[in-house]
Amino acid sequence: MREVAVIGVGMTKWGELWDKSLRTIFVETALLALDDSGIDKIDSMYIGAMSSGVFVGQEHLASLLADYLGQTPLPATRVESACASGGLALRMGFIEVASGMSDVVLVGGVEKMTDLNGHEATYALGTAADQEYEGYHGITFPGLYALIARAHMEKYGTTREQLAMVAVKNHFNGSKNPLAQFPYEITVDSVLNSVMIADPLRILDCSPITDGAAAAILCPVEMAKKMKKPVVKIIGSGHATDTIALSSRKDVTWLEATYQAAKKAYSMANKEPKDINLMEVHDCFTIAEICVTEALGVVEKGKGGEAVELGKTSLEGKIPVNTSGGLKAKGHPVGATGVAQVVEIVKQLRGEAGARQVKGARIGLTQNMGGSGGSTLVHIFERE
Amino acid sequence: MPTPSRYWREIPQRYKLEAGKCKNCGLVVFPPRLVCPRCKGRDFEKVKLAETGKVYTFTIIRVPPQQFVDQAPYAVGIVELDDGVKLTGQIVDFHFDDLKIGKRVRIEFRKIYEEGEAGIICYGYKFVPE
Repeated sequence: MREVAVIGVGMTKWGELWDKSLRTIFVETALLALDDSGIDKIDSMYIGAMSSGVFVGQEHLASLLADYLGQTPLPATRVESACASGGLALRMGFIEVASGMSDVVLVGGVEKMTDLNGHEATYALGTAADQEYEGYHGITFPGLYALIARAHMEKYGTTREQLAMVAVKNHFNGSKNPLAQFPYEITVDSVLNSVMIADPLRILDCSPITDGAAAAILCPVEMAKKMKKPVVKIIGSGHATDTIALSSRKDVTWLEATYQAAKKAYSMANKEPKDINLMEVHDCFTIAEICVTEALGVVEKGKGGEAVELGKTSLEGKIPVNTSGGLKAKGHPVGATGVAQVVEIVKQLRGEAGARQVKGARIGLTQNMGGSGGSTLVHIFERE
Repeated sequence: MPTPSRYWREIPQRYKLEAGKCKNCGLVVFPPRLVCPRCKGRDFEKVKLAETGKVYTFTIIRVPPQQFVDQAPYAVGIVELDDGVKLTGQIVDFHFDDLKIGKRVRIEFRKIYEEGEAGIICYGYKFVPE
């Protein structure tokens, strides 16, 4: 297997981009990544998109995007794993370069969500749950994570305030990221007084509906070493599944797919949780970040809430989590999220993260999950 | 929006609570499956779910999907039945303040939602106080 590097990344301002179509959002972003890499010839593309068919009525997405990026007839593949589609696109690109099948692969993620109204978007996102045995009974995604939150609070004594502190921390980080959808600080009080969505989760516990894309260019490390940019290698990749119906799991507070994917990634990278300098994780809801840090082995089982309260995961903490602002503040265009996490880690490892730079960061991790944890991808990156 | 065939083929589970019991290891799965998630066994017998259990976790949905807009707010939970199976469904006939993890409930046959314009009326199980 060849060693693989990320030589270019791109992301544009996220938000409610009413004046831009899916294809435009994607192409603008992909061009930024190409320009950043200094390469103009790619061999193939992988696109992560969760539900362009429901959100904008457009399937056959990979060919459409290859066409508008001026890259036909090269091979383009769209992959889907709900909100982990972007992470999956990265893994497919990694495998293709590592295998020697291609040298330069563009990995992208995109979602155009605001063409639907709120109830329709809630339905579209709900298709990532078990439609016959969860969706049928009127559960929503905030609802599924609310089920996890209540169980976590009951089992481990996690407090409502600790949940709020995840959002406060990520908005603080996001306030230093000009590309974030909501680059504003919030307070614990504003979270606790925001409108209830699915008890105990309030609107400020939830990631927003966002239009956006992200892209990265992968190539063999040997090729990257001849370029001008600092070389960021992908040293670990893990992918795992779990039941998509929450009720089929023994313990809904434990994200087994995240644990399994991380185990594979740590082992491939020959690293342990204590070796990681910073991570971007899937905080689609505040409770998710708490459960994810536990499953990644960064904190003990049940102590995710306490870790946030003690500042262990803040920008100046022992292991900064979601320096970009996370899904919470940066936005969550579902298919793009997994690739945007890579954009942040690469910028941090290159020392290009500006006001939110983690000093001396050399090793970073991304964790991207689908649905209520039914699929997860974990990647580990190291600067040479 | 289920088509009639999509709705009809789930009726054994939604109306009659038909589950599968693995003949090899005894695990009860709902809905029925072709492969046992515990032992990979492929032989199952039909069993009926236990009709009582306790609330494992719950939430109150205040921002619903389109077809539930007229019902919100409503409670949805995961209930652990007395045969060990956990399943998701609405928890009704409780004051929200009385709803707690561990509360005893039983299954009752109820309307889940109605499609407009002479569409299907969708039925199934909900949980009520025992």
